[in-house]
Amino acid sequence: MLDLGTHASFIIAAYGVTFIAVGALVFATLADDRNQRRKLAELERLGIRRRSAKAPPSPTVKTLAKPKTAKAPTKRKSATPRAGKARS
Amino acid sequence: MISLANPSRFLSLVDRVVPWLSALVAILLGIGLYMSLFVAPPDYQQGETVKIMFVHVPAAWLGMFGYTLIAIAALGTLIWRHPLADVAAKTAAPIGATFTFIALVTGSLWGKPMWGTYWVWDARLTSMLILLLLYLGLIALWQAIDEPGRAGRAAAILGLVGAINIPIIKFSVDWWNTLHQPASVFRMGGSTIDPSLLTPLFVMAAGFTALFVLLHLIAMRAEILRRRVHALQQTQVERAALAEA
Repeated sequence: MLDLGTHASFIIAAYGVTFIAVGALVFATLADDRNQRRKLAELERLGIRRRSAKAPPSPTVKTLAKPKTAKAPTKRKSATPRAGKARS
Repeated sequence: MISLANPSRFLSLVDRVVPWLSALVAILLGIGLYMSLFVAPPDYQQGETVKIMFVHVPAAWLGMFGYTLIAIAALGTLIWRHPLADVAAKTAAPIGATFTFIALVTGSLWGKPMWGTYWVWDARLTSMLILLLLYLGLIALWQAIDEPGRAGRAAAILGLVGAINIPIIKFSVDWWNTLHQPASVFRMGGSTIDPSLLTPLFVMAAGFTALFVLLHLIAMRAEILRRRVHALQQTQVERAALAEA
């Protein structure tokens, strides 16, 4: 058992005040951090984001984006030039 | 340091550091409290009230450390215009104020059984009370000005002016005849405290310091996010106004 001597009440009060003050500070700091994260996530959910922030992949963007394989056709030598000529 | 001027890079670093630092704080404070309450012997003069020193002294150190941090950040704001300097200064103030408050209250609770009074207007106690008032002034100034840039510059000037109090606190016990005892841990000729009491004091000081750094990093992250939220809300308002026009 912890024996704090004749001045136990002062020691308990000192540690009690420290625990309460530090506890309140930790709680307030974490609550503020959580609150700001929640607000930012809410705004981003509404589509409001910073210009530098990467936009999440959305179906609209996917539809509009050109697929990698859909490159503009390039002039290729005909595999059958003679056949082409023959037709003309 | 230069790369950390980028808030996004700083946020990424904080996200990685916080879990490890939280574990370190828990370990150091756990060991420190165990040593303070169950291992440390009673002092030959103070008896068991020496246990109050294990929270009072680290809290007083961190109260002064917090203000020193604010003064350095103030230089960062005014000279280098570092984008995180005023964020660091703003978020250090409530943490430093809390530790200064703890130092004042626990010192008072130690003073009653040892000196026979809760309070005397001696130089060390008075200068610590002024430190708490400076912290409260800085917090009030930040609350009074909406625009963070203007608030940051005003708070930086007050922070630098108030920094003169830090050496006054440190040397008050040497410059004036005070009831508060002179330096006994960091002094020329070594500490006057027995290692059986010095070890728990240092472990608690390390734990409190790690806690200060942890809370400061989290508070800085919250402040950066608050500014982003504020900027996005303004964008939202502007978009709504444009849509109506």
